[in-house]
Amino acid sequence: MDTRKITALFTQDLRIINMGLVAFADNLKGQDVEVVQMEWRPPAGGNERLIALLERLGR
Amino acid sequence: MRVNIEEANNRAVSIILQAKPALTGISTAGEAVPGMRKNLILHSGPPVAWENMCGPMRGAVIGGLIYEGEAASQAEAEDLAGSGDIEFEPCHHHGTVGPMAGVVTWSMPVWIIENKRFKNRAYSTLNEGLGKVLRYGAFSEEVISRLKWMAEELAPILKKALDRHGELDMKSLISQALQMGDEGHNRNRAGTSLFIREIAPHLAGLNEDRQKLRRVLEFLHSNDHFFLNLTMPSCKCTMDPAANIEGSSVIVAMARNGTEFGIRVSGLGDRWFTGPAGVVDGLYLPGFNGDDASPDIGDSVITETAGIGGFAMAGAPAIVKFVGGSAGDAVSFTQQMYEITLTENDSYQIPALDFRGTPTAIDLIKVVETSILPVINTGIAHREPGVGMIGAGLVKPPENCFHDALEAFVNRYSE
Repeated sequence: MDTRKITALFTQDLRIINMGLVAFADNLKGQDVEVVQMEWRPPAGGNERLIALLERLGR
Repeated sequence: MRVNIEEANNRAVSIILQAKPALTGISTAGEAVPGMRKNLILHSGPPVAWENMCGPMRGAVIGGLIYEGEAASQAEAEDLAGSGDIEFEPCHHHGTVGPMAGVVTWSMPVWIIENKRFKNRAYSTLNEGLGKVLRYGAFSEEVISRLKWMAEELAPILKKALDRHGELDMKSLISQALQMGDEGHNRNRAGTSLFIREIAPHLAGLNEDRQKLRRVLEFLHSNDHFFLNLTMPSCKCTMDPAANIEGSSVIVAMARNGTEFGIRVSGLGDRWFTGPAGVVDGLYLPGFNGDDASPDIGDSVITETAGIGGFAMAGAPAIVKFVGGSAGDAVSFTQQMYEITLTENDSYQIPALDFRGTPTAIDLIKVVETSILPVINTGIAHREPGVGMIGAGLVKPPENCFHDALEAFVNRYSE
């Protein structure tokens, strides 16, 4: 197995996109790491009843 | 699925964008509004019985009965309103929209707006101004006197001037107003100014007493919200032809009666889906605070339904001095609304967003999927009848009406 690609990751500057909890992004920013916070929420706020309805619509 | 939702929504969007609202005349509710009756009082929002009406709506009903000469006092009006002799129905059920309490009675003057593309009409009363006014629940002598002057002097003179002018292209006027810092719901200074520009030469050309003409022009000049009662029926007659399209999840009406907030969805017919009216987060006039406020009320949210108002706030940064928040918030609100709408308006554009079209055609499915609720800006009425306006702000609709509508939509259309 060629491990060069994954090894290379550890020798480069980190480029991070954080989805979900902002706290992870804030912690990285606190260590001067560049991070992009992506606005993301689970469909229908994670409400199972609504997710089931959306699935019936093929979403 | 039994229907192609995307095709149905494309049809609804096309109908909304093709609308050509035009001001065609002024009449009275009794003469023009379909189904109007002398013992019928129209009100804003979904249906509500007298005993469940909020304070400002009760105040407006009391004022309406005094204005019509059906009652001489508050007590008489309240007795009559609760007697069963007076009927109450939503403005929306009669092709009409009313700001705040939305009370329309038989002899009130109304604007007639016609969608020239689809030949349907919508109606609204003439705007009385801010402060102690009927639509905010006030019914003192000054309120009734102003309403009578509007019926006896303002409306007849404007009608003559409008006859001289000819039909007024409302789509063009609203488009221009949006490029001049209005959003068409709570900022209407540009639109009102444009209306005065159109009508003033024709007022000057009338063979009328100069004092009467002066009063008319002074009233228009003093009332920044005068244009609101023209944008509202323009939006109503824009959205009505998009109703009742099989399989469409486009929201074609949102409205509040101070007790409940309701929505109608194109593919679900005339049914209202309702939830409790929200508390407005806003700025208050001196001497008032949130404890004095009535919950969210009025049909003026038809502007947001049609893609202006709160949805166009990015183009109206000055509105935050009236409803609260920052100019940056106004931009964020508009940008967020693109997440729950199906198209960008090809006529209503926002210079500050590089003339991007306003977010238009709210999709019920997107609202539920993203949990992003429509942004609405609104006036605030005092909770007690008889007081009037006490502020303005922003409000969110109740989530449950969208959830209930989605459930009904899925039950109707999924196999």
